[in-house]
Amino acid sequence: MARLVVMGGGVSGHTAATFARDMLGEDHEVVVVTPNSQWNWIPSNIWVGVGGMTKEEVVFPLAPVYEKAGIDYRQAKAVSIHPEGKEDAETPYITIEYTDEAKSGETEELTYDYLINATGPKLNFGATPGLGEGTNLGEHTVSVCTADHAEHANHELEACIEKMRNGERQAFLIGTGHGMCTCQGAAFEYIFNIEHTLKEQGVRDMADITFITNESFLGDFGMGGIHFKMGGFATSSKVFAESLYAERGMDWILGAHVNKVEAGKVTYESLDGEMDEQEFDFAMLIPPFAGVGLKAFTKDGTDITDTIFAPNGFMKVDANYNAGAYENWKASDWPRTLQNPSYKNVFAVGIAFAPPHIISKPMSSPNGTPINPTPPRTGMPSAMMGKAVALSVVDMMKGKSTEPTHTASMSEMGAACVASAGKGLFSGTAAAMTVYPIIPDFEKYPGTGRDLNGTTGELGLAAHWVKHILHHIFIWKAKLKPGWTLIPE
Amino acid sequence: MASKHVNHIEPYSPQFGTMIPMGGQKFMRTCVLWQIVRFVAINIRMTILILKSHH
Repeated sequence: MARLVVMGGGVSGHTAATFARDMLGEDHEVVVVTPNSQWNWIPSNIWVGVGGMTKEEVVFPLAPVYEKAGIDYRQAKAVSIHPEGKEDAETPYITIEYTDEAKSGETEELTYDYLINATGPKLNFGATPGLGEGTNLGEHTVSVCTADHAEHANHELEACIEKMRNGERQAFLIGTGHGMCTCQGAAFEYIFNIEHTLKEQGVRDMADITFITNESFLGDFGMGGIHFKMGGFATSSKVFAESLYAERGMDWILGAHVNKVEAGKVTYESLDGEMDEQEFDFAMLIPPFAGVGLKAFTKDGTDITDTIFAPNGFMKVDANYNAGAYENWKASDWPRTLQNPSYKNVFAVGIAFAPPHIISKPMSSPNGTPINPTPPRTGMPSAMMGKAVALSVVDMMKGKSTEPTHTASMSEMGAACVASAGKGLFSGTAAAMTVYPIIPDFEKYPGTGRDLNGTTGELGLAAHWVKHILHHIFIWKAKLKPGWTLIPE
Repeated sequence: MASKHVNHIEPYSPQFGTMIPMGGQKFMRTCVLWQIVRFVAINIRMTILILKSHH
């Protein structure tokens, strides 16, 4: 019997663990280590953040699902990896620290034969003074990164709406809280939900809404922008995104590194090096992401964290980390098997793997401050990586292969993004975007770098319905209800 | 003559440099019959995308 340990129970980790469990049978063991007691369908946090859904509608407890599936669930956080074991025992292991009430603070060594790192991001609020402390959200802004944050955001929004009803004008600031943020899509979707909600509540004319972003142009989305096949044109996502903001009378601030947050005010540095301020009554600013801070040691206790992990804390995999300058970047720099080059029984998926470089063109202010989006790798790509690595590990555990048998390169996969505003079936609106491949490949697709037949964008009720359906089918799938394996990632 | 579907856009503002949807476009976005067609189209498109993405 061999043991697979999956660190993390988010989209990629849950996908990897459940597919591995389904395919391994009773001969092998699957263990999930995650500090969370609940699974969260994160895309729907946006609706929680405007009161369109309750927190309970976007989360469910993990323990009963894992018990039913036969997965050994440890509510704990992974602390360190020991891929060579220890001096008197060569079996590799990780150390974990329990987070559940009964065993809180207790530590344990957990051996593994195969390890999947799906630890996701550390929400690094502490990177921007005033945005928060460490991983904790500060008092001046709100967030939609977790269901609890989104619930809090809605309470703050309700208070603002009440003030507007009483004749007090309110300034809304939505966007990124640091120059190196990713996940612009979440801020993009949230600002449209805010605008839609204010309109529904009859107070839109009392609100000034501004988007602040580290993107150098609207619609970069951390993917260097996209060209959509639209109306007989290959239309830039810049035009697509600007049109959405202009139609709704919303302003935008580009190329901004928010470097300080105070009560009712952010200070930011622009790409031109200027320092400026923006006042707000309500601000939702996405924090930058970092690795969760795992350490790694050899059997004699030598710290090899720098060997296993990139400086940003994400795990190194089979990517080309020596691609050099932007002009030399290629789609083939991106990892395919997601296997760690030093330890072949260790993999990293989702946000936990270290990208070879960013996707957008690197930019910095004259002061040397880097201001550019970092690569998005949440949602659909995360789940696809989780499944591909699970399939590889299953084949390796069953002795069918000594090498990974499946790949999930972001340069060979597409992504779908549906940004939806409103909750009503006929009153909502949404933008549905598909992009293929995620990483532009100018050798394969000269011109825009992407397949225009697979890269599209459109607005309308239909996309809104798609978003509703995705919410229900992905929660159905995550709960392992009948037919869950047939639902694609 | 001003279009009833387009609000005032300040010349040379950032918003002035993009496209603004007019009545026909807005109507089609919420026309249920057309959106049912688009719903089917989006689902087909996403299915193809998923099939192309698995290796």
